[in-house]
Amino acid sequence: MSLLEVAGLRKAFGGVVAVDDLSFALDAGRMLAMIGPNGAGKSTCFAMLGGQLRPDRGSVRLDGRAVTGWPARRIWRAGVGRTFQVTRTFGSMSVFDNVQTVVLSHRRRLRSLLRSARGLYREEVEALLETVGIADQQARVCAVLAYGDLKRVELAMALAARPRLLLMDEPTAGMAPAERGALMRLIEGICRERALGVLFTEHDMDIVFEHADEIMVLARGRAIAHGTPAEVRADPQVQAVYLGEA
Amino acid sequence: MGLFVVQFLTGLSGAASLFLVASGLTLIFGVTRIVNFAHGSFYMLGAYLALSLIEALPVPRGTWGGAPFWAAMAAAALGVGLIGVLVETIVLKPIYKAPELFQLLATFGVILVVQDAALWTWGAEDRLGPRAPGLRGSIEVMGQRMPVYDLLLIAVCPVVLAGLLLLFRTTRWGILVRAATADRQMVAALGVDQRWLFTSVFFLGSCLAGLGGALQLPKGGADLAMDFGIVADMFVVTVIGGMGSIVGAFLAALLIGELRAFGVLFFPESTLILTFLIMAVVLVLRPQGLLGRAEPADAPGHDAEPVRPADRTWRIAVSVLLAALLALPMIADPFVLVLAIDVLVMALFAASLHAIMGPGGMVSFGHAAFFGGGAYAAALAVVHLGAPMTAALPAGVVGAALLAAVIGFFCVRLRGVYFAMLTLAFAQIAWSIVFQWTEVTGGDDGLLGIWPAAWAADRTRYYYLTLALVTAGIAFLRFAVFTPFGRGLRAGRDSPVRAEAIGIDVARRQWAAFVLAGAVAGLAGGLYVFAKGSVFPDEMAIPRSFDGLMMVLLGGVNTLSGPWVGAGVFTSLQDWLSRMPFWRLTLGCSIIALVILFPQGIAGFVRQRAHRHRDRGS
Amino acid sequence: MTRRRTALALALGTTLGLAIAGANPSAAADPVRIGDINSYTRMAAFTEPYRMGMELALAEINEAGGAGGRMLELVSRDDAGEPGEAVKIAEEMITRDRVALLSGGFFSNVGLALASLAEQRGVLYLAGEPLADSLVWEDGNRHTFRLRPSTWMQAAMLAREAAASGARRWATIAPNYAYGKDAVAAFKAVLSELQPEVEFVAEQWPALFKIDAGAEVQALAAARPDAIYNVTFGTDMAKFAREGEDRGLFEDRLVLGLLGGEPEYIEPLGEDAPIDWLVTGYPWSKIDTAAHAAFRDAYIEKFDDHPRAGSLVGYNVIKAIGALLEKTGGDTATDGMIEAMEDLTFETPVGPVTFRAIDHQSTMGAYVGYTALEEGRPTMRDWYYADGADYLPDDEAVRARRPAE
Repeated sequence: MSLLEVAGLRKAFGGVVAVDDLSFALDAGRMLAMIGPNGAGKSTCFAMLGGQLRPDRGSVRLDGRAVTGWPARRIWRAGVGRTFQVTRTFGSMSVFDNVQTVVLSHRRRLRSLLRSARGLYREEVEALLETVGIADQQARVCAVLAYGDLKRVELAMALAARPRLLLMDEPTAGMAPAERGALMRLIEGICRERALGVLFTEHDMDIVFEHADEIMVLARGRAIAHGTPAEVRADPQVQAVYLGEA
Repeated sequence: MGLFVVQFLTGLSGAASLFLVASGLTLIFGVTRIVNFAHGSFYMLGAYLALSLIEALPVPRGTWGGAPFWAAMAAAALGVGLIGVLVETIVLKPIYKAPELFQLLATFGVILVVQDAALWTWGAEDRLGPRAPGLRGSIEVMGQRMPVYDLLLIAVCPVVLAGLLLLFRTTRWGILVRAATADRQMVAALGVDQRWLFTSVFFLGSCLAGLGGALQLPKGGADLAMDFGIVADMFVVTVIGGMGSIVGAFLAALLIGELRAFGVLFFPESTLILTFLIMAVVLVLRPQGLLGRAEPADAPGHDAEPVRPADRTWRIAVSVLLAALLALPMIADPFVLVLAIDVLVMALFAASLHAIMGPGGMVSFGHAAFFGGGAYAAALAVVHLGAPMTAALPAGVVGAALLAAVIGFFCVRLRGVYFAMLTLAFAQIAWSIVFQWTEVTGGDDGLLGIWPAAWAADRTRYYYLTLALVTAGIAFLRFAVFTPFGRGLRAGRDSPVRAEAIGIDVARRQWAAFVLAGAVAGLAGGLYVFAKGSVFPDEMAIPRSFDGLMMVLLGGVNTLSGPWVGAGVFTSLQDWLSRMPFWRLTLGCSIIALVILFPQGIAGFVRQRAHRHRDRGS
Repeated sequence: MTRRRTALALALGTTLGLAIAGANPSAAADPVRIGDINSYTRMAAFTEPYRMGMELALAEINEAGGAGGRMLELVSRDDAGEPGEAVKIAEEMITRDRVALLSGGFFSNVGLALASLAEQRGVLYLAGEPLADSLVWEDGNRHTFRLRPSTWMQAAMLAREAAASGARRWATIAPNYAYGKDAVAAFKAVLSELQPEVEFVAEQWPALFKIDAGAEVQALAAARPDAIYNVTFGTDMAKFAREGEDRGLFEDRLVLGLLGGEPEYIEPLGEDAPIDWLVTGYPWSKIDTAAHAAFRDAYIEKFDDHPRAGSLVGYNVIKAIGALLEKTGGDTATDGMIEAMEDLTFETPVGPVTFRAIDHQSTMGAYVGYTALEEGRPTMRDWYYADGADYLPDDEAVRARRPAE
């Protein structure tokens, strides 16, 4: 039994089929990259896995448990952390508060009206900020952060609930090349160390081929190839549809 | 059978003015995203202008005898269009960059100014509209008589609709308007001068309102209550149709027109409640209205700013204020206490509205439902159960909380302006119930003789009681913002998608906040009843809700001190100005001036200045 | 430091503002101060004539040397039509202006709120215009008196005339709020007592100032009544009259208009005014008794405008206060004034009026007649003065409706 098992997933908007009959599995401790041209259905797929969208058909299983169509908050509780293609953080709050909010929610402490949230779980939050390398900016308000830094905040938020599965939609977009490599090494390290499953999308092929254990290629909502980097690189269909264009 | 046909036709003609006014409003909203409360004032001005022009223009003999009448109608519509341009240029243009919905406040100011300007220009007496030349009398329709002018009105709706659609489909301007309604960024990206587009849309929208006012003259006339008279109706039609949709406004106007005509036939006493009931039902079933576009899921109501705990200076200032308030009975005459009780109660009411508007990002147009709800719950406990004040005040809190739980249950599923409109609809329904359920609530004759218990009857004592409860209430709401609960609420406001993705049930959290705010508003209402000794449906009517909005926006929705600063300024200003003739004009101008000078509200301005100063390092 | 300074300034400013506001309590001056509260902005067309009537009476009394040896002084404020606002203003008048008594009110709810406050604060309140029956009956109290003939009285005037008409099938149309409900209930009660066989075949309740006149007229016509009892007023009445005319509702039917003959209601309609309606009202141009002619002439001379019903009420309110002070000898102790007010009779342009001790209602009446157009101006024909004393229920019924003191 894999950590994540997806079978026959489909989503259409009006007449346009965004994701069609998608099936794959991901084991704990492994990095799976999902690549494909714009509009291939990657973000739609992520939204279905994360609970932002309800699939039309198909099933999603987490550790064997069906989580298909669950609302996002329930899927998150089941151990799925995610980042978004366009970052979504709490713009009016500081970096620290953003991450602390997730920790509070994870500990089911977010309903309290009896005490101030200030200073709660300080060490845990700071450790997370340290991990993603943004501890020096913790007092700054998210609305004023650079895009690359926001991506780090999102990563810290995704990690804060100690997920078993990490969904990362373009985790390094907006970062300098050197930063990208460092961040991906960090993610890979966490993945191995904590035995997380990581599903990510990425436009930078160097990063994909360097860090992914497996690669899945999407085109027009369908998986046209799935295998090790070497297998995918050799796939003639992939070369035609995707790598050829790059 | 004939009766039903004629009633149907009557409903169609009744829809004409509704459609004209609502189409202008929806057009302006679609492009500028401004909820123009002053739109009803344009409607009223259209009626008065047309009337004056008809009286002024000479009537030629012969077949052209009717020409001046119709010329006056057209000229009045254009004239109101120009007034709209004036308002847009002077009042709204300077504040387009202010947080969304802040423009609301300016349009409140415009309403007040127009009310007194119209009183001054046209006098207080109601003016009867002249009949349309050539269209007097009636014709026979299936054995029933139908006024000829109604047939003209029936034709107006589709003609104007067709004209507008033609304009939108065939002209470059129209295409820009459609594009802007669909996506504002796109128009900016196209390099279109938005300011010019906004101004022209205001012109057309105001023209339509003016035409609506002018065309109803032969059915009624011009009077000073027309502006508020149409406000609720025009929002109902716009919202049912879908904000921004002209065709939607058309359908909704027909729907409302027919419902009213047949409502009169079958449920003669339903006239107050019917339209709001329909609006609530439509919004609950179809949150974006018949043909409206759903608000994007991740669109916060305004550009939220960080909350900051009070720093030392601010704490000192608040302590000084509290000390002054504590000393007030020693240094001021008894009336100052009466006024201070009013200010305190309003401060608590505004703070409760701010709790959902600021940290919650939910702009409510119907918060008076809970102020009035609390007031009535407390009063009913006294009148029907003989409860003492100490029991009635908590009853007010609980009553308002229960009401908020019911209303909030439906409202929190909606976003942005639709949320605001649904709260308005429910508040009106609550108001209608209180207004009509005479046996229990006394109807508009209210509930009387609800005075404080003997131990608090003394004015000074009641002042201290109010001060204590209001301070506690405001402090509690402020504290709540910093608690984990408030954090989660702010998270849901900043990014609902992210909040859901970290386990927060945003709608439920907002519901909880809504109930909490309702409960505090109920406390304010309860204190109000015992200060006044009586309660009337006015306390839950639209103007009371607008008062709350004005206070919050005036103080600054992005600051935690905004609501009580705004309440203090607004209530004192009103008390001071209302001693003068034409005080609404002065109050309206003051509000507009404050809006332009302090686009972040007064407390927001103070904070911004302080921070700029600090950032410079002094 | 700017922040601290601004913040302190804000706090101090507020305090100072309140302190200054409190620093000028007016000393109790020699003239008797009357605190007048009315809806001068919301209902200007109705309340301006009232104000002018008050001013005329005030000038007359003061020119004649005052009442009970003291001059009268009017403190006048706008309540914007809000009961809460009216209560606040009344508190200010009581505590700061030290008024001897309160008067005014246009809307019934304002009147009721002021009555409740008057009782609580122990101040006399003379309601001028509010019509609600409950003001002197169910919610009546020791401190409150009312001058204008109430809803019940005016409805009874019309009902008595209507009973003589022989009409059997009645329809009613009234604004959907307390005044409309009271007016219909009172009319039904009095008419049914006089003519037990009448039946009410339709009731219409348009929202106040939001009438869908066409639809309402159509619905009334569908019930085929012999007669229509109409309580609408203002723009509602204008629209109702016009639609009814166009759709033939009034043909061969007796139509009644409560207050429909008051100049405030009917004059704005001009040539469009409905004719031959049976109404209560005030045919100011035709009342030629010496007392009324003097009032009318003085009014026209002072304001270059003719009196309306509100003018008469405003005038009589001040005259009543004048008579009251004559009786107390200028003493303004509340208990003494209340005692003096009970059974106080004073002269008015429409004849002598008495404040009844039993319920504090005055016996001021109204004029009953038919609407007419003369030289293009709406007025009344075949009118007579209906003395209020004749249209009140018997004492037992009144006692049953008014709480015991």
